[in-house]
Order: sequence, then C-alpha cells, then structure tokens
Amino acid sequence: MDDRRRTRPAAHELTRYEALFAARTRGMKSSAMREMMALTERPDVISLAGGLPDTSTFAPELYAKLMAQVAAEGTARALQYGPTEGMAATVDCIVEVMAQEDTLVDPSEVIVTTGGQQVIDLVCKTLIDPGDVIVAEAPTYPGAVPTFSAYQADVEQIEMDGDGMPIDALESTLDRLHEQGRRPKFIYTIPNFQNPGGVTMSLARRRRLVEVARERELLVLEDNPYGLLRYDGEALPTLYSLDAQAAGRGGSSDLVIYLGTFSKILSPGLRLGWAVAPRPVLEKLNLGKQGADLCSSPVTQMFVAAYFGERDAHGGAAWIDYVQRLRDLYRTRRDVMFDALAEHFGEHAGWTRPQGGLFIWATLDPRIDTTDLLALARNQGVAFVPGRAAYVDGHNGASSMRLNFAGVPEADIREGIRRIGKAMREQLGLLGSLSGGGAPAGAGKRAQSAGGEGAAATPELNAEDASPTREPQPDAGDSTHLADVVALPRRDEAPSARRRRDR
Amino acid sequence: MTAAKRVAVLKGGRSLERAVSLRSGAQVQEGLQRLGHEVIGLDAGERLVPELLELGPDAAFIAMHGREGEDGTVQGLLEALGLPYTGSGPAACMRCTDKLLAKYLMREAGIPTPGFHALREDSIKELGAAAALAPVEADLGFPLVVKPARGGSALGVKFASSGDELPGAMVGAFSYDSTIVLERFLDGRDLAVSVLDAPAAGERATALPVVEAVPREEGFYDYESRYEIGMTTFVCPAELPPETTARAQELALAVYELLGCHGVARVDLMLEQGSGELWVLETNVVPGMTETSLLPQAADAAGIGFEELVERILSSAFTR
Repeated sequence: MDDRRRTRPAAHELTRYEALFAARTRGMKSSAMREMMALTERPDVISLAGGLPDTSTFAPELYAKLMAQVAAEGTARALQYGPTEGMAATVDCIVEVMAQEDTLVDPSEVIVTTGGQQVIDLVCKTLIDPGDVIVAEAPTYPGAVPTFSAYQADVEQIEMDGDGMPIDALESTLDRLHEQGRRPKFIYTIPNFQNPGGVTMSLARRRRLVEVARERELLVLEDNPYGLLRYDGEALPTLYSLDAQAAGRGGSSDLVIYLGTFSKILSPGLRLGWAVAPRPVLEKLNLGKQGADLCSSPVTQMFVAAYFGERDAHGGAAWIDYVQRLRDLYRTRRDVMFDALAEHFGEHAGWTRPQGGLFIWATLDPRIDTTDLLALARNQGVAFVPGRAAYVDGHNGASSMRLNFAGVPEADIREGIRRIGKAMREQLGLLGSLSGGGAPAGAGKRAQSAGGEGAAATPELNAEDASPTREPQPDAGDSTHLADVVALPRRDEAPSARRRRDR
Repeated sequence: MTAAKRVAVLKGGRSLERAVSLRSGAQVQEGLQRLGHEVIGLDAGERLVPELLELGPDAAFIAMHGREGEDGTVQGLLEALGLPYTGSGPAACMRCTDKLLAKYLMREAGIPTPGFHALREDSIKELGAAAALAPVEADLGFPLVVKPARGGSALGVKFASSGDELPGAMVGAFSYDSTIVLERFLDGRDLAVSVLDAPAAGERATALPVVEAVPREEGFYDYESRYEIGMTTFVCPAELPPETTARAQELALAVYELLGCHGVARVDLMLEQGSGELWVLETNVVPGMTETSLLPQAADAAGIGFEELVERILSSAFTR
C-alpha cells in the first residue's frame, strides 16, 4: 500500500468534519435543478428542464474568427488578470445592450460578473445576514433558491398572477414584516417573462413597485436576462429606468440593482453577466467579487467586445441581428409548445402564455405532484423542472412544472409534451379510480390560490390562459407532507459504461 | 488478506440512486486499491456486459444501489457470465428489494414488521381494487405510509394523514413502482443493523453495532438528508438499553438468514415510541458505502476499518 495516499477518514471522524462545516451549509441542500441539469446531458432524454438557449445557431466560423481576432489583438491581455469591475470595452457593450431596452446607464456604475448568477450571489453576500428577509416572487428562479438558502435568508414569496407580482400583496407583506420590526434587504423580481412563471409585470405594477420601493427605501434586484427576447407585444420600461426617472439624478437609479447577462442573447458558456448598482452598493459588490474570483475571464470579455464590433451587410450591429434571429426561432418554438400543450394537456392543466423568454409554467391537478410525475416522465425519456424547485420551502408549487421551449427543436417539443401529457393522464386516471369518481376528480378545475402564505400550492399564473377556466377547488390548499424534491442521477461520467482505470 | 485480485467495481447505473452509487463505488475503489487490488470502475450502462466480458475480472464488486444493482438483475447476469460477485444472490436480492415480498416472508416467519397491505396498479383498473381502500384504511388507520414496493431509497415514500390525502399519496408512490405498500405509520427511532458474514466459513454472520439516524431537522429522514453530511446525525453505537441492542441485532440476523442474504446486508428497524417494540422495516442488500453511510460507520464502531470491511465484502464473492 502506498502510504502517501490519504487514508479514508474513519467513520467516527466524520462528526469532526461536521463540526467544521459552517452553519449555513445546513441550508445548502443539493438542488433538484442541478441534479436535473445532469439529466439533460443524457442523449436519449428530451430535456425541457434546462434554462438553455440554443447555442447551435451561432455560426462556428464567426466564433473561430472572433477568437482569432482576440488572439491577434491581445493575446497577452486575454491571458492576463483583468480589472475586477470588468474591461472597459466589455462595459461599453453592456451599455449598448441596455440602451436597446431604453435604459441608459453610467459605465462607471457597471460591474462585469461571471454570469448573472454571480450577481445574485454577490448581492446576497453584500446585503444578507442570516435571518434577513428577501422578498421574491412565487414561483421564483429555481437557481436563486440555493443561493438564498446558502446565505440563510428568510425568503417571503409573493404569489404572482398573470401580471406578475401583485404590488398590493407585496405591500401587505411589507406591512406585516414592519409590524414584526423587520425590513427586507431587497425585493427580488424578474419582471420580463419571469423564470419560471413566464409572466411579465405590467407597466402599472412596475410604476407602483418603484413607488413602493421609494416610499419605503427598499432595494430592488431587477433580474432581466430575457428582456430583449420579446416575441409579441410592446416592450416595457425596466424598473431601473423607471427608478432613474423618479430619482431625477442624471439617469442613475438609486434603489434598483440591475442584473443583466450575455447568456441568453449570446452564450451562457461565456459566463458573463453584469450588475448596475448605486455606487455604494457597487463598491461592496466589487469587494465581494475580489474575494470570489478577482475578475471575470478576460478571454470571454474580449470575445464579447470583438463580437459587438461585428457589422452586418448594412453596417448595423450584427449582435442585434442575431438577437432577432433568436427571437424568430424561439417564437416559433414557443408556439409549437402552445399547440402541443393544447393537444396533450388540454383541459387537464393550465399554463402561462409568455410573450418572450424561455419558459412556460404549467399547473396540473392539485393532487399531482410533479416531482413524482418527473420520475414517470424520466422513464419515458423526458425531463422538466418540478414546480417545487421554484419555492424556497420546497413544498409549494408541487403541482406545477417549468417547461423550456427555447433550447429544444420543434419535433422534440411536440414529442416531449406528448410524453408528459401521457404520464399525466395516467396519473389522472388512477386518481379518478382511487377517488371513487368516474372522471378524474379535480381535473379541469383550477386550483385556487388562497393568497396567504403556506396556503395554496398553485399560483394563479394563467390569467391569459387559453384553456378553459377552471373552478375553484376547496381542497387545493392541502399541503401534503411529501418527500422532498427528487434528486436525479448525476452524470459524473459518460452515458454508457466507461472503463475507468484508476491507478 | 486474500491475494491481489482484478476487481471490477460496478457502480452508477440508471437508478434514482445513481449519484449515491457513484460515491459508494468511488469509496470502494479507493479501499480496494489501498489493499493492493487491481481495480476497474465500471459505470453500468449499455455496454456493461460486453465490457465485463472483455475485462474478465476475478470478481465484480457491486456498488449499485436501487433497481438493477439491488434487485437481482446484475447478480443474475454475473451468474450467467460465470463471474464471482459480492453480496447476495439473485433470489435474496429479489426477496429483499421487493418490500412487499419481504414483509410477507417476515410475517410468515413471525418477525415483527408493521402492519401493511399491498396494491397493484393494474388491479385498480382490472379488479376494482379501489374498493379495497376503505377496509385497508380501517385496518391500518391514519396516518399511514405509502411506499413503492421496490426502490431502495426514501424516494416516493409518502404520508397520508387522512383519507383525502390517500389517492394523491398513492399516485405519487405509483410513479416509482407498479406495486405499492400501504403500511401502518410508526413513530419512533430509526435504527439500522448491518450484518456481515463471518470471516471463516461455517460460522454465523455477525451483527454490527446498532446505528441510530437522528434527523437534524423536523420531519422526515429523506433522500437528501440520508446522504448529505450534516443533515442527519448518526449515533453509533446507538444509545439503547443492552437488551434492546441485543434484540435488534438478533432480529437483524434472523431477517438476514430468513431472506437468504450473503456477504453483507443492512436491516432497517424502528424502535416504536411508547411501546418500545422493535419492528423490521426493510433490508438493503447493497448498503451505501459513502462517507456518511451507515454500514461503514457501524463497521468502524466494531473496530472494522474501511479496508477490512471492503476486503470482507470482496471475499463474499468467493465463498458462495
């Protein structure tokens, strides 16, 4: 035996490790999302689970050309550390992207981050002490849940309707918190084509949210990865721009921290996002980022800068043409999914009708737990994100699911929805038999959202729903004590048996 | 210590417990390497059998949990290939993995197991089995536990506190298996007794010290907490009156023998609050071998280090 090898800790030593772990690790559960992403790597599974854009539409020749350009113009810089706040040329691109959404920003208030996800992490790192309150939408971005948990935040989720977060519900939550002497550190919202809900916050609510934030001096984290991916309807102003107007301080918002990303309009593989924040917050974010990773990759920052320099045949910005191509592609795919849902889910479910973004949120019979449904669906070679992943308590949202239409070819969307629909109908049939009724009880009825927290699991997101209106169902509020979110197999290794010869 | 062998460690696979199995497999591989064996890790997939044929190992160490690894599928294949493998044979695997069959066998043998009834999905459509629910509810009372008959982990295990919750819980459990077990709910302490075959042939197997799993937070000892350090506190040896410990170990050995296990198994029990009765819940023929798994902890408490544990399990391949 090679005695230089580390020997395995004896079991009784494990308790020593346990003592070493920070208290916050208790909130760090393996996320269903992460496990789910593993599933998407299996070639035989149609994954409607990921948050993936379609990167196959990016021309390989252009990628090669841009990388060559980066090499030619700045190998040494690309291979060197960069400034923590990001490279100036990349920040210029960010300003350009935000201008497309009529949001003017001061380049000195931008920090380039390693994906939008890092903004969520840095904002928590900067603002959250254990037990601090974050107000978020219900459902909320599943990828934010583990971050909030890791910082031991106390998350108050506000059920959305078809117009996003109802601000009156937000205000009553704020009032209730105020009575307890608590004040949220920030309000987390995805106003455009919300992930996972697929709904968009109305203009009236945006205005009101900014007013509320100003009245109460609350920070808002505006997460806007999909704003430019609008397929129908009129673009709405960002919260950042509304607050900047209200602040009247030369265009800068003083209560909104804006989160943007290149992931959905260009590539998630670049791992580049950004934050625009009031200067004092920005400084702390910068310090936090120094501790996290010093800087985001100069290689990909320079790639972005080179890419934004590309012109089309008419001298226009080529990146805008690409975003337009993505819009056309995703619009078609979304419509294919709408049709497939109508055909295969039909009256047994409701779903949102997003005007943009990547996701549709579907809500089934309140007695179906989509975590279990996923186990069935997985056997049939299809994956989605169970609704619980979008709730911090891991229990609400049990009858809903997030479906990605953007990253999947049309034929796979049809087939994937068909398979989920089949699994769902099997469960409904069984429920019908077990409940003693003929027709599946509860099917075709809308789950009622009782409003208060801990009540109904099913959000009323289907306001624009084309499917038949469902009746309120009194038993929808039952919260069942079911097993926690399913953990799905991790694909640590190749899909088929791979021989690994360890020394 | 046996002579150095060429050992294929079978791990992963497609079961819902894949992630855990990969971790168990990695631990076992390290242990076997430190023992001087030649180790080949195989992630069980479409090419498992051809790869085994190409490799021609001296033995297969099964570290696959859940379906295929634990239900006799892989064991049957290894018999067909004529390859020695660790742990129980196909029949014992089937008896243990099928919680329903195991419970019938235990009931017949007078081993205490919580009251139960079974339901098959097709019998609901074809035999009108839904009508049996009322008598089942009357017999077992609420709350009750609904679990898939097969499936090694806590996945799919549901509680129903009333008749209204039962259909949803059952449909949930049916997502994991076409047969489900409805079981009387017992409140109490979760115990596990691992059993190892004696190093010498002909001697009775040994029951290792009892491990108690104490959930750190409210509620249920779930899939995640079972495998994450820090989510559950393990106490080993469990703090129990000596007679309770002896009884738990005796029950575990009796179940091990009843179900025909070989090499190693872990028997999960419940010490009922109030009555102080011990009940056998289920038997796992491929117990977890991760850092937080119960078997390595129990072995450690018995003075059996990880390598010795791995070696003893490996030797079960050659003593069948």
